[in-house]
Amino acid sequence: MTTPFLDARAQYVLRLADNALVLAQRLCAWIGHAPVMEEDVALANVSLDLLGQARLWLAYAGELEGAGRDEDALAYHRDVREFRNVLLVERPNGDFAATTVRGYLYDLWAHFALSELARSKDDRIAGIAQKALKENAYHLRRSEDWLVRLGDGTQESRERTQRAVNDLWRYTGELFLGDDVDALMQSRGIGFSPEALLDPWLERVRESFSTATLEVPADAWMQRGGKQGVHTEALGYVLAEMQVLPRAMPEATW
Amino acid sequence: MSESWPQWEIFVRSEAGLAHKHVGSLHAADARMALENARDLYTRRNEGVSIWVVESTDVHAIDPSEAEAFFEPSQDKQYRHPTFYHVPDGVKHL
Repeated sequence: MTTPFLDARAQYVLRLADNALVLAQRLCAWIGHAPVMEEDVALANVSLDLLGQARLWLAYAGELEGAGRDEDALAYHRDVREFRNVLLVERPNGDFAATTVRGYLYDLWAHFALSELARSKDDRIAGIAQKALKENAYHLRRSEDWLVRLGDGTQESRERTQRAVNDLWRYTGELFLGDDVDALMQSRGIGFSPEALLDPWLERVRESFSTATLEVPADAWMQRGGKQGVHTEALGYVLAEMQVLPRAMPEATW
Repeated sequence: MSESWPQWEIFVRSEAGLAHKHVGSLHAADARMALENARDLYTRRNEGVSIWVVESTDVHAIDPSEAEAFFEPSQDKQYRHPTFYHVPDGVKHL
């Protein structure tokens, strides 16, 4: 039997796992399709970093859950409604500008979130966060660089980047919206307050956007639900591709 | 896209104390991007502790037709090699 506290903690770690897992799966779809060979490898590297983080989070979530599910069972044998990632990371790759903007918005949030988690009273969480933080520092450097290059680039690159910002902005609100699970984890010194990350995040977004000559969208309706398992239609396609092999051949190894 | 990006020569130092070694080349819009691309292409298996990037047009090389004049005269100057010394027993790192 698991206690409600353990349930909440397993759920909390699962959210961190699914953010990394879904974005890793999204990014690996660029392999062979990136605008230049150098970016192809770079995107694959970021994807693999995130996959590595996802494995550590998933393994821990499985242990906390105590139902005998390992990282593979959690990655390959859960349906859409059981995934706990934020909506932002499941949004389609779109063009290179959309992937860059999505990456930047997420990397910057992850920078602040992982910095908080690195001080968690849960040693496992703190350890994974500290490792991920180093990888995140490089991801953020790259995505911020590209944001500025594309935003302050040609007329077309600026238009595409601003369009991506306008499309994706509605998925950023959820990053800073806490629920019961967040509140419980924060009260135990395990997690952080999502709301408290908004101001520092927004301040840095404004700086980067200003350098990139991009406009920060006005306050608008924000989508939510990913953390509770209510996803956009996009996630189903991601999971179908990611899960097809282990579901068709459950014992397959290579 | 890459056609309009200049080419860069990449040098990686594998560990402190060793010299930077040429490992290859890549395309990038500027030095900052060249450093990032070099990191992703040439140090992803823990190969390096430092990276130099040099725009390929800044590398000056001798004309292959001049190689004879440059290098042949040194071929018969054996006395420039420290091969006439007796190495004492037990000296390992000479």
